[in-house]
Amino acid sequence: MYELIKNLGTWLTSGSQWTGTDGIAHRLAEHLQYSLLATLVAAAIGLPLGLLIGHTGKGAFLAINLASFGRALPTVGLVVLVFLAGGLSMLPVYVALVALAVPAIVTNTYAGMTAVDPDVRDAARGQGMRGHQVLFQVELPLALPLIMTGLRLALIQVVATATIAAYVSFGGLGRYVFDGLAQRDLVQVLGGAVLVAVIAVALDLLLSALQRFLFRHRTA
Amino acid sequence: MIQFDAVHKRFPNGTTAVHDLTLDMPEGGVTVLVGSSGCGKTTTLRMINRMVEPTSGTIKVGGKDVTRQDAAELRRSIGYVIQQSGLFPHRTVLDNIATVPLLLGHGRKRARARAAELLETVGLTAESGKRYPHQLSGGQQQRVGVARALAADPPVLLMDEPFGAVDPVVRTQLQDELLRLQKELNKTIVFVTHDVDEAVRLGDRIAIFRTGGHLVQCAPPAELLARPADDFVADFLGAERGLKLLSLKTLAEVPQGPAPEGAAWSLVCDAAGRPLHWAADDAEVPVRPLKDGDSLLAALDESVASPAGLVARVDADGVLTGVTSRNDIHRHAGRAHTEARVAA
Repeated sequence: MYELIKNLGTWLTSGSQWTGTDGIAHRLAEHLQYSLLATLVAAAIGLPLGLLIGHTGKGAFLAINLASFGRALPTVGLVVLVFLAGGLSMLPVYVALVALAVPAIVTNTYAGMTAVDPDVRDAARGQGMRGHQVLFQVELPLALPLIMTGLRLALIQVVATATIAAYVSFGGLGRYVFDGLAQRDLVQVLGGAVLVAVIAVALDLLLSALQRFLFRHRTA
Repeated sequence: MIQFDAVHKRFPNGTTAVHDLTLDMPEGGVTVLVGSSGCGKTTTLRMINRMVEPTSGTIKVGGKDVTRQDAAELRRSIGYVIQQSGLFPHRTVLDNIATVPLLLGHGRKRARARAAELLETVGLTAESGKRYPHQLSGGQQQRVGVARALAADPPVLLMDEPFGAVDPVVRTQLQDELLRLQKELNKTIVFVTHDVDEAVRLGDRIAIFRTGGHLVQCAPPAELLARPADDFVADFLGAERGLKLLSLKTLAEVPQGPAPEGAAWSLVCDAAGRPLHWAADDAEVPVRPLKDGDSLLAALDESVASPAGLVARVDADGVLTGVTSRNDIHRHAGRAHTEARVAA
């Protein structure tokens, strides 16, 4: 056990391990690129959907049930399915990651919208705001803390799951995990896993801090 | 100014909120809508700015049918204050007040300048403009709510139980402020409350609603108190409606004279002539001096509480001008009732 940790330490800290196309820096950049792009696409789908459901109050069952759907979704299965249907490209990976991220975004956006005080919404209409003005000037800003929580959760999930890109021969930190498994190189597997975990936790902390800073004027 | 003509409101669930309402609310007056909960008073108010659409009948504001106007534009031209103030928690007090001017496209600078002016109008400090609503007390939040409604200087103000959620002391202050503002601004105000005392205090006219959305009586407060249309109105106004009527009359017309010499109780004043207390051989009783603007009800109360049966009258500076006897107050109280019965 001690030997393993020592080897892991050497693997993570050796300069040669960090450089080159197979180096940690490059894999890390790939991993973040997959994750951010997938989350952005998911946000482009999930945000309007959540806002629309919250604003109109129609389709609430969808927003609520998406959450359990998201939890039950077999990510690897989805990758394989799209891969079989569409051939080898990054598409299956992105489809799976986006499908993973959308429920968290929709559900939290919807929750944020429903948490807006009905009196405030009533007052906004009563002052003469039109539907889109109520949405963008009142509901959206008030729902923003929960919306950001949704985006944060989605990003963390995606970062943790983006290792599957390597499963269909692409890059990212999953490369170490799958290559390590194939080569029976336990240190490499562990190194990849530790890196993914550290990045996920670091992003979570960073975004939580950002949220606290942005909404410091709000009451609980 | 605001005319209801045969207005009906039935909600999709089948309940009738407002039943065949025909009512005129005069310009520059305060019309108070009262009644127990579920009587349709709030629905009536909300139909004026189309927050609720009538099922049938017409509502006109300033001669124009409200349903023929764009709802958002109509609402910008009508001030709207609600019970929990409904302030936007993510905007500063100043930006809350500037809401309607901004919607009207007045520009941020001009809208903020107007908002700053209104802070003062409703009795708030300039410093409070930078705060967020949750940093203010309930009473202060309601003041901001009133300022927001006044921002675009609308001729009509709708107030839906605006002082319902604040404590009695603050409520009285806010009512006083509203009366003072109304003297200055002369708006057409529609005010919803379930508190009869508030209605009597603020209303030029009071409309009483019964469950099922029926308007039972609409009259000036004195007439309503003296001649309730039926038992429902009489019950609603309460057992002390005779006393409530006295709250509408001031002491101004009641004569006063010098304090009688050699009585058991004498009034002790300070060097400037301000009453301090009633004094007998070995006792002192506090005095509550009254001004001409105080109500006959307050005078009656003081005449009962005063050991000498006399009310001390003072001028604006609190200096004694004379005393009025219990008998004189009773005589005027009786006269107030007779007048109210024959009037109108």
